[in-house]
Amino acid sequence: MADEVIFEFLHMEMVAHTHREASKEEKDQCISKLEALGFRVGQSLIERFTKDCSRFKDELDTMKFLCKEFWNVVYKKQIDNLRTNHQGVYVLQDNKFKFLVQMSTGKQYMESAPKYLAFPCGMIRGALSNLGVNCIVTAEVSAMPACKFQIQIQRT
Amino acid sequence: MSRQSNRAGDPRKVNGELFTLTYGALVAQLMKDYENDEQVNKQLDRMGYNMGVRIIEDFLARANTGRCHDFREAADVIAKVAFKMYLGLTPVVSNWSAAGDEFSLLLESNPLTEFVELPPGHANLNYSAILCGVLRGALEMVQMDVDVKFVQDTLKGDNVTEIRLKFIKRLEDAVPVGED
Repeated sequence: MADEVIFEFLHMEMVAHTHREASKEEKDQCISKLEALGFRVGQSLIERFTKDCSRFKDELDTMKFLCKEFWNVVYKKQIDNLRTNHQGVYVLQDNKFKFLVQMSTGKQYMESAPKYLAFPCGMIRGALSNLGVNCIVTAEVSAMPACKFQIQIQRT
Repeated sequence: MSRQSNRAGDPRKVNGELFTLTYGALVAQLMKDYENDEQVNKQLDRMGYNMGVRIIEDFLARANTGRCHDFREAADVIAKVAFKMYLGLTPVVSNWSAAGDEFSLLLESNPLTEFVELPPGHANLNYSAILCGVLRGALEMVQMDVDVKFVQDTLKGDNVTEIRLKFIKRLEDAVPVGED
């Protein structure tokens, strides 16, 4: 069991490193690189978390697992609000997202928020992909440190 | 089976698998990005250094250990307090040099390498190089210039993981360039 600051610093350093090493032309790849890292972690984590679980009833059941158990293990809290339009779009709202709480709450650092959300988005996508749900995950911040993750299921 | 099992545990501890897997993904990514193992070691060490510089503040704020008077005392605090607090393990301090300026930390298990096997052809990779960087960075912030390196690594077939720390000099506070 590692201390949570270690994990937070490791994540900060991953973000910093990715942006430091990228040349001007590659700047737009940083986000996708971090997302890919998250994807890999999410995939392997969900396998370990669900090994003693019974089969999920449906998609909503899967989402609930993600919001409660998965979030609890990774961020030490549950998602504050889960909404869906029942047509394959789910919105997960976290009012105090762990990677954003250290940032100033004003508008000042709004631009840098996406850097810190790529890895978490990737983790969600990785976890769901290993549960057989293909999706696109995006994040949106309107007021720090709250954050909304939108999951769009791809059905083809 | 119930899904409501409480895996959260200690609120200040993060799930060990999450940490180990994240670090693993990072190293794998670096291996892809850089041509050789040396480069990867260097990058990991640098990231560790940046983490160490921050960790020391957290450590001093939380650990309440007070000032260390010599390198031996510092070694004990690193092994028994810092490693315990951050990684949940206590390495053995041993192999002191006669002059008392060099010692080894022996780790029986290393949480970073829990699911790891080194593929052949990477004899030069120090998988856990980030630890060296963290130690170096943290000690530098308390005025100790220390050289940290891996001597043995269980990943490479050794029985134990050994990190060697060598005290180089005490850093004096320097006035920033351009100020009198």
